[in-house]
Amino acid sequence: MVQRKTLGTRIFTVFLYLLMALLALSCLYPIWYAFCLSFSDKTAANSGMVTFFPVGFTTVSYSEIMGDWKFFHSFWISILRSVLGTIVSLLVMITMGYALSKPKRLFKARNIIMWIVMFCMVFNSGVIPWYITMVNYRAIDTIWGLVLCGGLPVFNLLLVMNFFRNLPQNLEEAALVDGAGPWRILFSIVVPCSVPMLATIILFTSVGYWNEFFQGMVLSSSDAHYPLQTYIQQMVVNTQTNMLNPDELKLMSQLSNKSLDAAKIFIAMIPMLVVYPFLQKYFVTGIMLGAVKE
Amino acid sequence: MVVPGLLWLLFFNLVPLFGIIIAFEDYVPGLGPWRSEFNGLENFEYLFSMADAKRVIVNTIVIACSKVVLNLVVPLLFALLLNEVKNLRYKKFIQTAVYLPHFLSWVILASVILNIFGLDGIVNKIGGLFGAEPVIWFSESSYFRQLVIGTDVWKEFGFNAVIFLAALTGIDPNLYEAASIDGCGKFRSVFYITLPGIMPTIVLVGVLGLSNVLNAGFDQVFNLYNPMVYSTGDILDTWVYRIGLVNLQFSLATTAGLFKSLISFVMIVLSYTAAYKFADYKVF
Repeated sequence: MVQRKTLGTRIFTVFLYLLMALLALSCLYPIWYAFCLSFSDKTAANSGMVTFFPVGFTTVSYSEIMGDWKFFHSFWISILRSVLGTIVSLLVMITMGYALSKPKRLFKARNIIMWIVMFCMVFNSGVIPWYITMVNYRAIDTIWGLVLCGGLPVFNLLLVMNFFRNLPQNLEEAALVDGAGPWRILFSIVVPCSVPMLATIILFTSVGYWNEFFQGMVLSSSDAHYPLQTYIQQMVVNTQTNMLNPDELKLMSQLSNKSLDAAKIFIAMIPMLVVYPFLQKYFVTGIMLGAVKE
Repeated sequence: MVVPGLLWLLFFNLVPLFGIIIAFEDYVPGLGPWRSEFNGLENFEYLFSMADAKRVIVNTIVIACSKVVLNLVVPLLFALLLNEVKNLRYKKFIQTAVYLPHFLSWVILASVILNIFGLDGIVNKIGGLFGAEPVIWFSESSYFRQLVIGTDVWKEFGFNAVIFLAALTGIDPNLYEAASIDGCGKFRSVFYITLPGIMPTIVLVGVLGLSNVLNAGFDQVFNLYNPMVYSTGDILDTWVYRIGLVNLQFSLATTAGLFKSLISFVMIVLSYTAAYKFADYKVF
């Protein structure tokens, strides 16, 4: 279709492209800002001179972090938690999602289990009963506590289930005729057919574990057990938000080291920035596929 | 095959539910939930007599409802505008950029945002050009709600637009061509073709949003607020955290949590029923 370009549409197009650029830049700015701050001189960072570019370029913050074993310990806990958590919940979601994707005539208890799952999705106990239960489980300060205590990720389970339900049944039937059992069918046929959706789930789950700070905070007895986000929350954000008046703020900013804080924040962003481009191409299709109605 | 999942569900989702009974008792941690004394609905009466409770509920509803509405409208507008960008590489770049904040945690973003809106942050610098006095934005109770809502919309608009963008690709391009031949302008074709075309998606997102009327966003508020803005920024979840895990009033906090869970439960059931009815969408 050939369209005549009027002055109005031209102005609109220019305006549109500018607006979009502005929005995109606003979304990238926090990352760039943390980056600039972390490579800036401490005094420049603290006095608020850094806005768009590093001022007084230095890597001193990063060399300071290199000697901070607590930071790296937290980093390690977070990595371990994300990896273990993603593997465990992926396996659970695949197996359970596959079983629940079968109709009642093949899997008798399906509807009962489905009701339990739904109930857990719409009703939760609240923080305190949950916390007391986790204390009774002796889940404090354990890596398994950090992995399991959030409960089964029900919403993602439903995405997996809906996706499996919409796969063509012929493939599975053919495999069944050839003598494959349910486990074989699941792992050599169903899973390979679901790569885009599973990639989405992996992205969401691992990012979810990586970004979680609250459980890390209440399930840890001391800062030696914090995952990274909790560590940052306690060391960086907490000191910022608890300030009360401008005078105290002045004092705070003399004592604090914004450049060092920014370096920690930037390092915490890195795994996210590394994973994101690889999985980004999958997630749009993944979300849509899982949400398709029957 | 369901055994591992069921066990996980049982121990970490269902067992904590029994702990809810402490909402109906005068819980003493030393005695445990089974031996503490029951006091009926006393905790609820006490809860609703507190001045804090009213304030917190109002804050929660105002913040959460504004987020529900704006997280529908802004992504929709953005999707409609982005759909007009014809240069595919540019479009791709914009999409990659705007999805990014969704994947960063509030801990990270809050620390950056507090700097940006801090005393020597970029916001005050721009304000200074117009002669405005510098303000610590997140310590002003009159701005706090707007800032919380605004930053949340900013963080999520790109990601929330994904579903609308997908719906937009489902509209038959012939419709636009036909409309254009009949002399329909760009603006009118948005109203008469695009919007009706993606209406089911809009209804669906709106209806599912209903379930969030009490979810004002714990992670966000917890990382952005401070005692100076409790009057407008303290929400149910942060309040429950403070009375329960900081002041150790377990029973009262459980009661408040249960109140929230019950309302949310009703809203979720309502919204799912409505989603099924109006948008023919089955969540399960």
